[in-house]
Amino acid sequence: MAEYRDVVIPGEKIDGRKGRKLGNGVYQEGEIIFSKFVGVPRIDENEISVIPLSGVYLPNMGDKVIGIVEGVEISGWLVDINSPYAAFLPIAEAVDEFVDMARTDISRYFDVGDIVFCRLSKVTKNKTVQVSMRDPSARKLYGGIIIKVTPTKIPRIIGKAGSMISLIKNKTKCDIYTGQNGVIWIRGEDKAKAIEAILTIEKESHTMGLTERIESLLGV
Amino acid sequence: MKEEKLMVDGKRIDGRLPEQLRDIKMKLNVVTRANGSAEVKFGKTTAIASVHGPRALFPRYLQESGTGILRIRYNMAPFSVNDRKSPGPDRRSTEISKVIRLALGPTIFLEDFPKITIDGFAEIIEADGSTRVTAINALSLALAAAGIPMEDLVASCSVGKIDGTLVVDLNGKEDNNSEADMAFAMLPNKGVISLLQMDGALTKKEVLKLLQSAKESCMKIYEMQIKVLKDFYKGE
Repeated sequence: MAEYRDVVIPGEKIDGRKGRKLGNGVYQEGEIIFSKFVGVPRIDENEISVIPLSGVYLPNMGDKVIGIVEGVEISGWLVDINSPYAAFLPIAEAVDEFVDMARTDISRYFDVGDIVFCRLSKVTKNKTVQVSMRDPSARKLYGGIIIKVTPTKIPRIIGKAGSMISLIKNKTKCDIYTGQNGVIWIRGEDKAKAIEAILTIEKESHTMGLTERIESLLGV
Repeated sequence: MKEEKLMVDGKRIDGRLPEQLRDIKMKLNVVTRANGSAEVKFGKTTAIASVHGPRALFPRYLQESGTGILRIRYNMAPFSVNDRKSPGPDRRSTEISKVIRLALGPTIFLEDFPKITIDGFAEIIEADGSTRVTAINALSLALAAAGIPMEDLVASCSVGKIDGTLVVDLNGKEDNNSEADMAFAMLPNKGVISLLQMDGALTKKEVLKLLQSAKESCMKIYEMQIKVLKDFYKGE
């Protein structure tokens, strides 16, 4: 049986503030910090936060996400970013060359159903979201399959400095892209093994000794 | 005109003491397609609650630019009661949906979700008194399981007066023949009351006494909610 990290529930007292920064998933009342979520608390000298164990993706500026083009408009594309909020990809943020919009059908660049790895370039207070391909890592993803996991578990799937994801990539000979919105794109040899490993991490993300179990699953 | 006494030798018709809750069972994530769900049983009364969202809200005129909204639907299944209930919303379920929404609304950080909605559905599949408080308990668990940011859980129970005795957690028969009954919900950590409805006649002294025992019962229910949430995420 694996060892489990502490789980807090909404309204549970975490700690006194003691001059620390408030992270995500917590609120303050008086001098005491309470949790907003069912999640795993992270307490250190500088910051207190709670990482929720479930929930949908809410867009944050600068996040790198995987989106699916779901509509072609006059001056850009509507992109589904696995969130309650739809994102817009304007043509200026997507194409480098000059496009004569009166004459060109812009679906030649991106069409409905295309998968894009992009960056959230603008998120307003009212959650109007704009995405951009102006990023070194942004690209269109061809072929492959996508799976969806709980967005808050993506850091655990990537691991410390990418250790977990590169382990899966090497062992299954797959190309894997992870979006911070919980969408993962996989293409390569042993896709089934890669998916199994990722879903195991998602299910057991709050347990100790996860790396060893994934290693044995992948047959290291 | 009553056929039988509801209190005999200090015990109620189902053998409980006045301050005793029924057998309570809670289960998390029973609805696979929902973001979060829960099943709560108070004796025979069974409520299944599911929370969908936060999700996009249409038609657009319903959207609020600064905040999200909470929508609750309380519904009793036609087979949940002895005489078939005609399906669909009616005056009673519309009202209960509203009071549940008002009981849960203050705990949720709705301002984190501008323009979108959180939808909660509470289905009563077996009704034996105190259905609205069972639905509140189930929805509160379902909201927490769906990862909705909340100030606190909501615990809820009913209290009332039968045959001149003040009791906790009324069942169907007691509910129908009670002198007074009161639905009660609170945020246990904050000690704030978020739902209080009363039907019947009580003196001020009785109301104060019932509030006290309702608070104590809610704390017991809250302990169970904590346990079910923590056990679920510790892996069965």
